[in-house]
Amino acid sequence: MRVIGHIAVNVFRESVRDKVLYNLVIFAVLLIAVSLLLGQLTAGQDIKIIKDLGLAAISLFGLFIAVFIGIGLVSKEVERRSIYSLLSKPIRRQEFIAGKYLGLVLTLLVNVTVMTAAYYAVLGSMAWVAGGWFLPAWEAPAMDPALLKAIAMIFLQLMMVTALALLCSTFTSPILATALTFGLYIVGQFNADLKHFETIVASRPVALLARILYYVLPNLSRLDVKTQVVHALPVPAGYMLWSAAYALAYVAALLALATAIFMRRDFK
Amino acid sequence: MRRPFPTALIAATVVLLALATAVQMQRDRIYAEGAHVDEDVLYVQSPTLMRKAALSFSSVMADVYWIRALQHYGYYRLHQEAPQRYRLLYPLLDLTTALDPYFNVAYRFGAIFLSEPDPGGAGRPDLGVALLEKGVASTPDRWQYYHDIGFIYYWHLNNPTKAAEWFKRGGDLPGSPWWLRTYAAVMLTKGGDREASRAMWSNLLQTADNDWVRKSARLRLMQLDALNQIDELARVRDEFKRRRGRLPESWEELNKAGLLRGVPVDPTGAPYTINFATGKITVAGDSKLYPLPTEPAPGQAAPQ
Repeated sequence: MRVIGHIAVNVFRESVRDKVLYNLVIFAVLLIAVSLLLGQLTAGQDIKIIKDLGLAAISLFGLFIAVFIGIGLVSKEVERRSIYSLLSKPIRRQEFIAGKYLGLVLTLLVNVTVMTAAYYAVLGSMAWVAGGWFLPAWEAPAMDPALLKAIAMIFLQLMMVTALALLCSTFTSPILATALTFGLYIVGQFNADLKHFETIVASRPVALLARILYYVLPNLSRLDVKTQVVHALPVPAGYMLWSAAYALAYVAALLALATAIFMRRDFK
Repeated sequence: MRRPFPTALIAATVVLLALATAVQMQRDRIYAEGAHVDEDVLYVQSPTLMRKAALSFSSVMADVYWIRALQHYGYYRLHQEAPQRYRLLYPLLDLTTALDPYFNVAYRFGAIFLSEPDPGGAGRPDLGVALLEKGVASTPDRWQYYHDIGFIYYWHLNNPTKAAEWFKRGGDLPGSPWWLRTYAAVMLTKGGDREASRAMWSNLLQTADNDWVRKSARLRLMQLDALNQIDELARVRDEFKRRRGRLPESWEELNKAGLLRGVPVDPTGAPYTINFATGKITVAGDSKLYPLPTEPAPGQAAPQ
């Protein structure tokens, strides 16, 4: 466990050195600038739009970090040939993969946490300017704690995307791995369509294949509750727990596969 | 060792950027661009395609389309001479609500923008109803949509029977206000009655949670006041005709006859106009109250 911890902390330090956290400044500037401009443009919907925009930005910034840093986790070590010296030390390959993964998840956690704090600060300042924390025209309070549910679900999505990026980077080139990860991210938004494929095709084997693909491919769309939360619609705790369990199980499966592929690679 | 900060280069960047800005300003002054802000183009027309293409960012895309709908509406509100007015209003609202099916304000404001007669809106109450019916399909327990549909049937489509039907459906929902059911009864007994309209707009003025709706309700109440004043003026005109056997040729003539004092003005302060050939009295074209709502004539059946 100590080895995994060391690798994870190193990944976090490296991402800080690579100025990954600069995106937090962009995020804060974007939110503040938009919140100042919106009042004139949205017919009283500025709080709703800032909520939407903030959640979308947390998700998008996190996605780019997860993909671009995630792809480099293994491939960078191979390109720089530092993998040889690393593996000559008493580090098992499964520890290497787990440490790299947890390091990036830690980076994402710090990112998402700081973005969430900035997000609530902007919402709080807008509510203060508007003259109330929960005006009758709003569907939910400006600093609605329920927004954390959507942010938690975004974080689960990012954990899945990071695991996908790491998996792809263990067996192919960085460019292909990036394309594959983005491809799987997009598929993950649509794969609910596969679930009821039997209603549009007559062939039973095709419908069965679609159903198998539905369970094998990442299902990211069910982790998206941004719209519900912004409109103060209920997101049951049970749903959150089942979704978290699904995401963690899927991540574990992807890491197991990534480790298996990585263990077969010859670095001698 | 760290290299020294290239101050000269930074200064040069700032100077060159200022130069580029100055050149651009000069070019824009010489070759001015047209000021047409509203791009009359909708690149993606299919709500289904847009919903899929937005991936997990459909809410924020809905906000973009909502802002576009507001700009489209605002542009034609200000440019009353423009052709094909409000042509994209419904498609933009349709896309907005397809991307975010719970976007309450897009349904409610959108329906007002669509239903209001020109120049205040697209003059398409049928599309207003269609948009709100979409809202009912996505959130069937929101009584406000039923209320708004009933209102459009009553106010814009002069159809108290349909209005009563929607008010009743809204009133039957759990959590709906008690007065919604009374609207249904009022529609069936006094459809088209001006005092029934006044009661509804007053209620809306008191219960609205939005400045825009409150402003609209105030305007409607002033229009109802104007209709009452026009009835008064019509009685004066008829009295003049009874005495002289002809219609008056000016407000001054009515003043001289002792039937009126000064030029009558509507609640916004704009003078009323009278067509001296037909005797028809109405608000001026430049009054904020123009055009006044049409009312079914007494005893006239409402269109179904």
